[in-house]
Amino acid sequence: MELAKRFKQTNKNVQQKWWTPYAFILPSFFVILFIIFLPLIFEFMMAMFDIRLQNIRLLKNIGINILNFPKVMKEHFILFGNYLEILKDKLFYRTFLRTVVWTFTNVFFHVVIGVWLAILLNRKLPFKSVFRVLLILPWAMPQYIAAITWKGMFNYEFGTVNLILKYFGIEKINWLGDPTYTLIAAIITNIWLGVPFMMMVALGGLQSIPHDLYESADIDGASAWQKFKHVTLPLLKPVMVPAIILGTVWTFNMLNIIYIMKDGLPGDDVNILITKMYRDGFDLYRYGYAAALSVIIFVILTLFSLAYLKANENRE
Amino acid sequence: MRKSDYFERTDSKLKIILIYMLLIFMSFIAIYPVLNILSSSLRPSNQLFSTSLKIIPDNASLTNYNKAIFERPLSRWIVNSLIVSFISMLISILFSSTAGYAFSRYRFYGKKSGMIVLLVTQMFPAAMLLLPLNILLTNMGLTEKLWALVVPYISSSVPFSIWLLKGYFDTVPSSIEESAYVDGASILTTFYKIVLPLSKPALAVASIFCFMNSWSEYIVARVLIHNEKMYTLPLGLVTLQGQYNTEWGVYSAAAILTAIPVMIIFAYLSKYLIGGLTIGSVKE
Repeated sequence: MELAKRFKQTNKNVQQKWWTPYAFILPSFFVILFIIFLPLIFEFMMAMFDIRLQNIRLLKNIGINILNFPKVMKEHFILFGNYLEILKDKLFYRTFLRTVVWTFTNVFFHVVIGVWLAILLNRKLPFKSVFRVLLILPWAMPQYIAAITWKGMFNYEFGTVNLILKYFGIEKINWLGDPTYTLIAAIITNIWLGVPFMMMVALGGLQSIPHDLYESADIDGASAWQKFKHVTLPLLKPVMVPAIILGTVWTFNMLNIIYIMKDGLPGDDVNILITKMYRDGFDLYRYGYAAALSVIIFVILTLFSLAYLKANENRE
Repeated sequence: MRKSDYFERTDSKLKIILIYMLLIFMSFIAIYPVLNILSSSLRPSNQLFSTSLKIIPDNASLTNYNKAIFERPLSRWIVNSLIVSFISMLISILFSSTAGYAFSRYRFYGKKSGMIVLLVTQMFPAAMLLLPLNILLTNMGLTEKLWALVVPYISSSVPFSIWLLKGYFDTVPSSIEESAYVDGASILTTFYKIVLPLSKPALAVASIFCFMNSWSEYIVARVLIHNEKMYTLPLGLVTLQGQYNTEWGVYSAAAILTAIPVMIIFAYLSKYLIGGLTIGSVKE
């Protein structure tokens, strides 16, 4: 990090004009403006209209100029109607609770297992790079293949998981039929997928911790736990905080796993917010409602990220 | 030969054995699903539903691979996916390397908020922008075309790549560029001829990220593409898998063919990943 700071002087160069940096950024700026922010504004607008199957063909009249949108749809303007409908529905709170459980459990195990593996791999150990490569593989597996494969492994009759349970004399579990077990199965799948990312981030963080800190802790007679608590954790924190925020957002919005494990038809008893939004939008064609739901998701995630950043700043 | 040449000085023999056992166990869990598909891809169709836990089944055969390649449109899906992934990757890297460079080297008005905006874009994934993008792309007449997929794929890989590349450029000493300027090189030449070649590892990592992003994307493709001829690999494979009873073995063979090459490249590049991720995510 010291290194990065030292090299961060700006180039003093006669050729550089005030617009040089902007020219470098321009292409990406257009991508973010036209493919991310414009649709986002559109999404916010859609959330205030009652767009559903009955009037969906009106959307064709908008063309590519989204400014036409309020004009075309003005008869279906309901202001906060969609939001009220969502917030009055008990189903939303149940789904939200499930999403929180899903996200928290996943990120918790991602971080704990990831950091733990990173610590194991960060010592002198023959063949450790072999283990590192093997442990990182879940990251490289396409998510949909992982979801389908785990779905097969959770199969009631022939799935590996039940076969292993049987071997230990435990009753077979109807993983994909019972909603609670489906959630557990999906969480296991997603933990498997997400650990390598946290492991690699933690490994990077660990490698930047100078070795002599541990040596002087040894001289002071610190126990392994004390070293972990007073040297490793505080120095790992700046690396892990952004990774945890990112991980939380990704997990909260993880559509693939539950959607594919339930063959594209997750019901109200297994949906998390993002799968509910996807099904409302693309299976039931309730565009306005789904847009409002995604705005709510966006607000929840933004508030979470700000709060988390703030909480971690204050402690320092 | 002293023990401390190979292991930590403070580790006892028991501890080392324990660590190895843990690592072997965790690695096994990490690769087991791959072995699982491998096993069902080798299984002849009359043994599809076996309750044995063997990895290499009895009478293993390659019929499923044969079927996947020659009797199913796998090659067409692969071509479609390759086109989409390569185009998205090239555009993303082109755009994000210049932007990452500007964020790393220059001081300018709006730099800090720019970096924050990049982080904020991670709050809403492609799935969320899908609703409006779907309408816009339909109205532009772009659905059912591979181009339609490139648009959302770029938008989801550009912000992350900018962060990653900026982090790497930060570690490249700017003194090399300065001496190039003294020799009269222009900013663009310096960037192209000096900075980019020096950043090969980071570019490789960012490229594989962008590539994998599109190569394994299912949800967006499901919404934008309905015509079977335009199916990308994920759409094709999920469809294959949907015909559960007959096609599970064929699906597994196709999944192995899809996943293994990416996993090998990824594993190879993973050594560059450690530094890249941390520097990229921590310091702005």
